[in-house]
Amino acid sequence: MTTITTVEVPQAQAPELVRGGRVGRTGYLIGAVCLLICTVMLLPLVFSILASLKPTAESASSPPTYVPHALSFDSYQRLWSYQEGLPVYLANSFGAALLTIVFTLLLTVPAGYALARFPIPFKEVIFVVLLLALIVPYQALLTPMFLMFARLQLTNSLIGLAVLHTAIQLPFSLYILRNSFSAVPRELEEAAVMDGASTWNTLVRVFLPSSLPAIVTVALFAFITSWNEFLGALVMMANGSKFTLPLILAASRTETSLGGTDWGMLQAGITISIIPCVGVYLLLQRYYVSGLMSGAVK
Amino acid sequence: MHRSRRARLIGVAYLAPALLFVLAFTAYPLGRMVWMSFTNWSLLTPPRFVGMDNYRRAFEDKQFWISFLFTLKYTAIITPILIIGGYVLALLTSQNSPLRRLTRTIVFIPVVIGLGVSSLLWYWLFSPTFGLVNKGLMDAGVVSKPVLWLGVDDDRSNYAIIASVVWKVIGFGMILFVGAIQAIPSEITEASLVDGASYRQRVTRVILPLTMRTVLLVTLVSVIGSLLAFDQFYIMTAGQPHNETATSVFYVYLNSFPYLKLGYGAALSLILALTILVFTVVQLFLTRRSHA
Repeated sequence: MTTITTVEVPQAQAPELVRGGRVGRTGYLIGAVCLLICTVMLLPLVFSILASLKPTAESASSPPTYVPHALSFDSYQRLWSYQEGLPVYLANSFGAALLTIVFTLLLTVPAGYALARFPIPFKEVIFVVLLLALIVPYQALLTPMFLMFARLQLTNSLIGLAVLHTAIQLPFSLYILRNSFSAVPRELEEAAVMDGASTWNTLVRVFLPSSLPAIVTVALFAFITSWNEFLGALVMMANGSKFTLPLILAASRTETSLGGTDWGMLQAGITISIIPCVGVYLLLQRYYVSGLMSGAVK
Repeated sequence: MHRSRRARLIGVAYLAPALLFVLAFTAYPLGRMVWMSFTNWSLLTPPRFVGMDNYRRAFEDKQFWISFLFTLKYTAIITPILIIGGYVLALLTSQNSPLRRLTRTIVFIPVVIGLGVSSLLWYWLFSPTFGLVNKGLMDAGVVSKPVLWLGVDDDRSNYAIIASVVWKVIGFGMILFVGAIQAIPSEITEASLVDGASYRQRVTRVILPLTMRTVLLVTLVSVIGSLLAFDQFYIMTAGQPHNETATSVFYVYLNSFPYLKLGYGAALSLILALTILVFTVVQLFLTRRSHA
């Protein structure tokens, strides 16, 4: 009975919807479960955003309210002028993230090109060395890195933090770019060489345009890693004026104008921290998912 | 051939910046850490070579074991939840209908949020009197007075943090499982349908075996990530009560930075790195083999 119904299904992709003639029921059940899951996953975020919009008194009330009785930007205003001010922390977070993107691309684009297309002595050994950070977690290297950075005056410096984030991100980026460059057809490259293009020009005119998705993926992951990274920033940035967003938010729980934790301001900060990474994810979802697949499954 | 020699030089030149960077900012710190782990060094006094003392000390250090075992317990509880939960979500959403795509996108949103920030969010949700978890439980009549979720009891803190991390990372496994399930050739699916396999049989006999490699890989990635847990515990419990919820990375951090026991911190780091290495080698072995 089951066999007869299913064989006639044109798309084998959606078989259980039709199994045993229970077309509707299973379908509706799956739909309901999906909606339930979406609700559960979104609820914490929705509550956080709503809490960031409560007026000062309501955001400090106990027991808390689920939904604000009145909307207000008080919490955002307090965050705006908290300690050094939100603009400073935003600039620090964005600065470190953009520098991480730049450093990562500057290092891994030429290196990926070299590994994909040039005869390099001891290539395999060099590739393993380059992927060293995959084998040794950066969390274990922070003490010697901190001592080194202190000597180079790279602590309390956005450049230093970006260097650390680049070191974390380098193996993944190199891996993605090398694979993408290797997949560029030889004919395209040869045409450029025939025209007398130098290797650098070939890289810029042939390899970069045809590997744009890989470059977007690398930049996207560099941004998200740097924007979200916590422990390294905690270790390297002792000076409050150099804090990134997650650091100042974690610190804000103890030192606020309201005495205890300013919950409204904390939620405002969480909302603002979430916007850029969720934004780029929703815009560049395709790159994100493909990067994840090639990065994790290799 | 002069051309190949030139090509070699150019290649090395393109490679040099990245190689020097890795040597300076990964290989050198690694070597330095190994050396430091054999010294007694507190920043105030110059390093003194002490051989294996730091390692011996670690094995007699009660807090080292508390942290290590707590991290293992956290990993042992969260990994099956993430893998089974992620797989069930993947089975549910692997087909490409609009609602399922939407579900996938939404389940994945927390993955891109920083762990530090999501931990702050859950720190609020789990707050005894200001948090919505207790408010919801009390309104529903499940509990009569606020539950002290974080930093009072190690197990309760662990479960609360696991709930928050499951919310944050379950989409990671789901997305990779969906990719693996979708990569199963349609002829295989069709053949199993022709044979009259029930949905359950198809999952256990066809889908699961054909995606086993991805399951293993995601398990390893999750295990490594969990063994390196720090942000969530630093933010949500600060290691309380009495450092019972201070994970391995947390204990390395405490020794190296607030306590400034650099040599001892380095030895703890190295023990941690070696533990992780075991899992990484298995992971690399699995990925290598699948290429062949």
